[in-house]
Amino acid sequence: MKAMFMAFLTIAVIAVGANLVLKQAGFSSQDRTLGANVQLDD
Amino acid sequence: MLRAMIALILTLSFVSTASAQTADAPDRSATGGAQTVKDIMLRQRGEAVDNSFRSGATGDPDSAAGISNQLGTLGGTSDPELWRAVRFGSANTKASNNGPAAAVLIQDGGMSWLKFRAGPLASYGGGLLMGMIALLAAFFMYRGRIKIDGQKTGRKITRFKAIERFGHWLLSGSFILLGLTGLISLFGRKFLIPTFGHETFSFLAVGSKWVHNNVSWAFMLALAMIFVMWVAENIPHRSDINWLRKGGGIFSKGHPPAKKFNAGQKLIFWSVIVLGVSISVSGVSLLFPFEINMFAATFAKINATGIPSVLGFGELREVLAPHEEMQYAQLWHAVVSFVLMAIILAHIYIGSVGMEGAYDAMGSGEVEEQWAREHHSIWVEEVMAEKIIASGQAASAGSVPKKGAPKKAAPKKAAPKKAAPKKAAPKKAAPPTE
Repeated sequence: MKAMFMAFLTIAVIAVGANLVLKQAGFSSQDRTLGANVQLDD
Repeated sequence: MLRAMIALILTLSFVSTASAQTADAPDRSATGGAQTVKDIMLRQRGEAVDNSFRSGATGDPDSAAGISNQLGTLGGTSDPELWRAVRFGSANTKASNNGPAAAVLIQDGGMSWLKFRAGPLASYGGGLLMGMIALLAAFFMYRGRIKIDGQKTGRKITRFKAIERFGHWLLSGSFILLGLTGLISLFGRKFLIPTFGHETFSFLAVGSKWVHNNVSWAFMLALAMIFVMWVAENIPHRSDINWLRKGGGIFSKGHPPAKKFNAGQKLIFWSVIVLGVSISVSGVSLLFPFEINMFAATFAKINATGIPSVLGFGELREVLAPHEEMQYAQLWHAVVSFVLMAIILAHIYIGSVGMEGAYDAMGSGEVEEQWAREHHSIWVEEVMAEKIIASGQAASAGSVPKKGAPKKAAPKKAAPKKAAPKKAAPKKAAPPTE
């Protein structure tokens, strides 16, 4: 059971972590598709 | 001679029919070069229409009237001609947003993708899953839960270590999440909007997409872990042939011998690895849109083998527009996912409801010895042999066997059992005499 819980916890950590890392690295939809002249929330 | 003449005459008589196959250039003088009734009738019958007379009619800037003349500002292109260029992808469109597909306003080829996704993909994919569930239900009703035949010993053998179970649950937990959110992405609009309404569905769909895109990394990591940990034990072995011939013993009395993983499990392993890698690659292509284009090159390779022409398909197109690449990636990803989900449904069944004693392997990692002897007899012998060697090494090193150790090893062979108590006896006897 412990292995299962640890695994599910790891899934959550990886999901949240990957999301943050990719956004920081400039892979959000906004960064990839918007032109330089469009100012949304910056 | 007469038969040869008949054959020649018959052959020559078929020559006249060849002229029917040459494409007559359609006569469009009645409409001045535009669509005719014949084109409309063909399209209504679902037959292909050669659209080159329309895709080519996009105006001629060189024949524009001067800028101050009547209609001169149109630049030699009428409005219908402008929209024809937009529809068939030849317009010089500039967009202020980025990406290879930003300037595509209308993607003519996308309709076939849309229809396929909502039609055959959804119905055959859904049918496959329903069919698998029905098959498993029927099997359960016929065969019931496969019980352990012999007497349970109450002893346990360690089958999977903690890291192995962790890897499996990482893979399976992420697969369940990915499968459910993927199904929401495909079927959600059709089935969930009528049930929950637009607002709730929108919230669900946005969350579903977040989960699907971000949990995918856990799936890919787990897939790599599983491969590294278990590939050695999943290499095909002689015992697999016998196991498969006996159908795994699922309908017969008796259990064919198997090593740590039986042939059925090896089929699951390799399906998951191969399909999992394929789904991961197409998935990464979808995560980074328009950047990883593989279908054009793949089609070129397939054309080089000559298979499509042998099957009568003609050549696959080797130049694909950016949207087309993404659409093929989505279709491939969805098809592979349906196949994987169907296989995993069977895997979940047999590991939980289907077989007594199977779940323990992944739950606690310790399995009932009798279950192991019935379903993985060769593996049990290997494990026992290892334990004998280990306890033999410990005894020869002169260390006092721990009180618990002989019980855990529980070797079926008579010699070691006798040996351990024999060795313990003199030591036990020593202190009182002192």
